Amino acid sequence: MDNIENLATRFQERIDAGEKIEPKDWMPEKYRKTHIRQISQHAHSEIVGMLPEGNWITRAPSLKRKLGLLAKVQDEAGHGLYLYSAAETLGISRDEMTQQLLTGKAKYSSIFNYPTLTWADIGAIGWLVDGAAIINQVMLTRTSFGPYARAMVRICKEESFHQRQGYEIMLTLCNGTPEQKEMAQDALNRTWWPALMMFGPRDEDSPNTKQSMAWKIKRKTNDELRQQFVDITVPQAEFLGLKMPDPEIKWNEERGHYDFGAIDWDEFWQVVKGNGPCNKERIAARQKAWDDGQWVRDAALAYSAKKSENEEKSNGIKAQRSEGKIA
Amino acid sequence: MKDQLTKYLMMLGDNAMILGHRLSELCGHGPTLETDIALTNISLDLYGQVRSYFQYAAELSGEGVTEDTIAFLRKERTYLNVVLLEQPNENFAHVIVRQFLYDMFQSFLTPALMRSTDERIAAIAAKSIKETKYHLRFSTQWMKRLGAGTEESKSKIQAAVNHLLPFTDELFVMTAVEKEMLEQGIGPDLQSFKEDYYIKVQEVLEQAELSLPEAAPRVVKGKTGIHSEHMGYILNELQYMQRAYPQMEW
Ligand SMILES: [Fe+2]
Ligand SMILES: [Fe+2]
Repeated sequence: MDNIENLATRFQERIDAGEKIEPKDWMPEKYRKTHIRQISQHAHSEIVGMLPEGNWITRAPSLKRKLGLLAKVQDEAGHGLYLYSAAETLGISRDEMTQQLLTGKAKYSSIFNYPTLTWADIGAIGWLVDGAAIINQVMLTRTSFGPYARAMVRICKEESFHQRQGYEIMLTLCNGTPEQKEMAQDALNRTWWPALMMFGPRDEDSPNTKQSMAWKIKRKTNDELRQQFVDITVPQAEFLGLKMPDPEIKWNEERGHYDFGAIDWDEFWQVVKGNGPCNKERIAARQKAWDDGQWVRDAALAYSAKKSENEEKSNGIKAQRSEGKIA
Repeated sequence: MKDQLTKYLMMLGDNAMILGHRLSELCGHGPTLETDIALTNISLDLYGQVRSYFQYAAELSGEGVTEDTIAFLRKERTYLNVVLLEQPNENFAHVIVRQFLYDMFQSFLTPALMRSTDERIAAIAAKSIKETKYHLRFSTQWMKRLGAGTEESKSKIQAAVNHLLPFTDELFVMTAVEKEMLEQGIGPDLQSFKEDYYIKVQEVLEQAELSLPEAAPRVVKGKTGIHSEHMGYILNELQYMQRAYPQMEW
């Protein structure tokens, strides 16, 4: 009989060979736990992320933009669904995950703890936040856990659509009146640093990176991904005619990358700890949806139980009938 | 005549827009992810219809009028939706009943509009008939779930029915605009399917183990631009950007 060590070795060999791990396969307990944590946090981010953008649906400036935003926020709900389903294959229920979100046990992306103050924030979020998410998620399409990788493939297509839609909102603003351009600049100023923080702590403060690399959850470190994001984004901002809110951004010929200034990690940790501008409001909104929805979910459950009971009864009657027991 | 047709298009579009707006308020706040997605879907469908109607109305109106000026830059008294659809998202039961009562109405109106002598309206109706059927199926299912679910859901949805059903009378009032449309063969005689509407509504209420309230119809006149006190606040949000930043491209 295999001992755990052999199993673990074979497991790692499969990952190294680029095989996908499926829910029924043997996996180390830590692999399972890490995936539950990461996938559920990813799902929570999709769901909590609906709130800041949802904040502008009723005030969108045109019918076309309203439809675009509604569809986008709806996509995020869909992403949440796929991801919760992927996590469920590892033996945790959606309700359990939701409770972890509401009690603060599970985290979600910190970016969503910042408020959306103007319409331009909707552009900036699509451009930068979905943009940053894509960089992470493209990497995850090749992660070792099958259901997660497959969910990512579906999600990535939609995220890049969101990114283009956001950029196009920014472009329209930047080609508009001075007031609109100022709105766009202000949104970039406020969103830029939190977007950089989306890639997580610096590599030296990120102790799990090595293990995540071995399991192919990560193929690049936080800092590498962050650099990739900066390199892509700076020219995009130039094209918009916007100024990057970081005086230290400069092309570095030698490195072949843009240099950029220091991130305020104190702010990052404060927001992670729950002290960001909207943490309390985000969780309160999710809690309210959960509480207000309780009687609805109860009713749906009770109704389907009644229905299947009735079906059983009528099937029973049919069966008895066909057996000739009742007329 | 062109004026009356434009008003009729606004009437059709305003209904879809105000209900779409109410549903869009719920996006991200639904009782489950699945219902959140479904309600947003309905809102998207409705806004799609809004665009079709308003684009047509804009073409008839000429210079300087667009789907957006129609949607966002009118004064409250010229919005022509029924008052039923302004009613707030008090709770999920109100959302479902409001939806059901409107969907059922649309299930009569839309086929009638498909026979409109105005080809454009007939085409818009033909395009939306599938959506209408889907919406009605969704809201009917939830009527039953909530009606026959738990004691709590039953009392909540019965209360919502009692509150909202009296607003439905307005759906069938023939305003001057609608009379003109009837004469032109553009719109139907709403009275012609009023009875069938209530028969169908009662059927669903029975299946949902709910009772038909005996309350008298509400005296409301949204279709002539006299709205409830909710309307100003809806427009406040809806029009915010266009009012704060006039004449810009978005
Ligand atoms: Fe997403
Ligand atoms: Fe997205």
